Amino acid sequence: MESLIKHYNSLKQIIFGIFKRTVGQFILYKVSGAVFNMVDQNQEHKSDSPDLYDSADNFNYVLYRDRPEWKDVQPIAQDDGPARVVQIAYSTKFSDVYDYFRAVLKSGEKSLRALSLVTDAITLNPANYTVWIYRLEIVKHLKVDLNNELEYISNVIREFTKNYQVWQYRKTIVEMLNDPSGELEFTADILDMDSKNYHAWQYRQWVLTTFSELMQYELNFVDNLISQDMRNNSAWNQRYFVINNSDPDSDVINKELEYTFGKIRILSKNESAWNYLRGLLLYSENGVLEDKVRDFCSNLYNKGNRSVHLMSCLIDLTDADESTDPENVEKIKFALKLCFDLASDYDPIRRYYWAYISKDIELKFNFKEHDTKILLLHTMSSSALEKIPDVGIDDKGRYKYILIKVTDQNDSSNQSKYVVRGGQRFDFHGN
Amino acid sequence: MLSRQKEMKKYLAVTRHKLDNESVETNTSESQNEVEKKIEKLFELFCSKAKCDPEVPIFYKQNHINYIKNHMFTLPENYECLDSSRPWLCYWLCQSLALLNCKLSVSEKSNVVSFLSKCQHETGGFCGGPNQMPHLAPTYAAVCALCLIGTEEAYAVINRENLYKFLISLRLPNGSFRMHKYGECDVRAVYCSATVARLTNIYTDSLFKSSAQWVIRCQTYEGGFGGVPGVEAHGGYTFCGFSALLLLKSIHMCDTKSLLRWVANKQMSFEGGFQGRTNKLVDGCYSFWQAAIFPIISELLESETQRPMWSMYDYQALQEYVLICCQNRYSGGLIDKPGKPPDVYHTCYVLSGLSIAQHAVDDSSCVIGKPENILNKNNPIYNIEESCLQKALQYFSMTEPISYF
Repeated sequence: MESLIKHYNSLKQIIFGIFKRTVGQFILYKVSGAVFNMVDQNQEHKSDSPDLYDSADNFNYVLYRDRPEWKDVQPIAQDDGPARVVQIAYSTKFSDVYDYFRAVLKSGEKSLRALSLVTDAITLNPANYTVWIYRLEIVKHLKVDLNNELEYISNVIREFTKNYQVWQYRKTIVEMLNDPSGELEFTADILDMDSKNYHAWQYRQWVLTTFSELMQYELNFVDNLISQDMRNNSAWNQRYFVINNSDPDSDVINKELEYTFGKIRILSKNESAWNYLRGLLLYSENGVLEDKVRDFCSNLYNKGNRSVHLMSCLIDLTDADESTDPENVEKIKFALKLCFDLASDYDPIRRYYWAYISKDIELKFNFKEHDTKILLLHTMSSSALEKIPDVGIDDKGRYKYILIKVTDQNDSSNQSKYVVRGGQRFDFHGN
Repeated sequence: MLSRQKEMKKYLAVTRHKLDNESVETNTSESQNEVEKKIEKLFELFCSKAKCDPEVPIFYKQNHINYIKNHMFTLPENYECLDSSRPWLCYWLCQSLALLNCKLSVSEKSNVVSFLSKCQHETGGFCGGPNQMPHLAPTYAAVCALCLIGTEEAYAVINRENLYKFLISLRLPNGSFRMHKYGECDVRAVYCSATVARLTNIYTDSLFKSSAQWVIRCQTYEGGFGGVPGVEAHGGYTFCGFSALLLLKSIHMCDTKSLLRWVANKQMSFEGGFQGRTNKLVDGCYSFWQAAIFPIISELLESETQRPMWSMYDYQALQEYVLICCQNRYSGGLIDKPGKPPDVYHTCYVLSGLSIAQHAVDDSSCVIGKPENILNKNNPIYNIEESCLQKALQYFSMTEPISYF
């Protein structure tokens, strides 16, 4: 009985051990045997955050090859073959731990000391999935208290927040425990350090889908994050996830529409909110939502707002409108003008994209004659670029604008620039 | 003297626009402003050089080759965190060298092949290193690296029958795949499986039954793909999801229009490089993950509409970002963004993206800087240098069919 209790205590300590400086050493040495039981009790904790390197970094750390209780194990050196390729200059500690890990993996030993070894191996390289697979097998075999294991993985994640293995391991443990009660709080903590941590969000969504009773609180959480930083796209995505999973009726969608309008009124150039708005449009039936969004956008535009996302949204609304009534002609002209304005002024880095959208609208509505054609030329020979004025537009007549890229081929610097031309001579350009 | 802005307009491919924070500063806009400030300095420096030196921006090709060769054989201790990704290291380095048109010697090739064969697991697939367990990511990396080496000896390393068994063992009933035993399941896994199956000619319809249906669920309301259904659209996963659909011959399922809008908007208005997600910072590696989508989309639209298409992103601004902001000229190697140290991952993906951008126009007239800056052509679906890829596909198309179980 006594040995059983001892067994349990040392197990518990291995799991927590490495996170507390003094305790960490104590555990390591306790497991390792009395000879190494030298704990510097006076050492102070420098911070509350766990230091995973404790057990492996300390000055009185003892290599596995020097530990009597590991004497029975023959370490296995890494076999890279005869060639020297992408060889990492491992520290002595690293090689030592992994030489013993390879031996244990091969023999299949699932013991307390193996668990301790695995803990060290993880500390040295938490991305080693083989070690995690083996840890899980040991934990299952020894029937380790999963709550301790959960606390262990919490500490590892706090140190290594962006790593596939740690989150997958947590998922497995929580699945086995079938208890998600601490999970939202835990992920909230991690997101507090970095509100865009992709792994944490993905994990959080898994928790919410698997334990769906937790979903009811999520919108509040998201609201909070969006109000802290309206540009946090991960939070917007989470909002969509929540709404999408709630099987929303038109009331919910309308409420979301108003919410988003409100955010766009504050930050009209925030792509996250605009993308969310487009996401809501996927719920539209019979174009009701589109009308609302169109009114909202037109209103902003008429007030002089030239957010590229606003203009882009107006263009897409026209493009999606299949009606062929004559009123549409003006709308199409307007959309083509927006494409042109974006390509030449507001969003020049995407001019090739806008040229495509413009062309697409022309063809779709069979609208070949208009004043705002975007023409992109890759090269054009000229003697000196600077002699070409940036803008040249005739002030009379009906004509098109074209956006041209000119490159001086005689100039080895390969300089080029974009110019805009509008004039009657461009009327019959066949493109 | 020209004002700074005018100079930038004159010497850079296109007018740059900074983020307008609309008088509301948040964490996102603060970090964006910081990056823009650093990059603006580099652009200004570039413009002042461009006035007198027609050869700028210089591509420090030889420095990069040296950097890669230095890392081919030994890596410093700080690479311990990649001890389970050693086939990746081989792949990143081989792909970089292939793009730089730099050949390995016969014995060097043979050394890499022998090391990768040590990483192959007896039950199929490749491991992160010798004596580890098999994993899809190093499997993808090892197969690609062997194709890049391109010798008979290299191709022959791959045990195709065991590879097939390994893939089958990771398949889940809904068509998705795990990355490894007990491992996570996400869109990378489908991409890696489909890529190696196509490359080595072991693809079967049954292996990928309903995989495309699973992948398409990862396309989000934004237009890009997330790692699993529901999560945020992300450059890396978008590349995997979109390319996987192509490899699964199910590209018709993709909402191409919304994907195009999303990916086009990931190019940064000021920096010229790409961000991985909406409202995140530019990172050199997305020069590949995001830009690789464009040639495929253009090709798709071309076959759909039967009219010629062009590249729908600013491939010159992207090259300028890479050449002006992502090179470490002293040590060689390429980087995420100014201020970051070079590493072999970024070196590979920045070069891979640079090649895509340089080949955006057929006649390569769009290469920024000296014409000699041009890299070998890259394949945007596999991310394998094109001639190596064709040779490998040719080789495996001649191999015996494996017996399926």
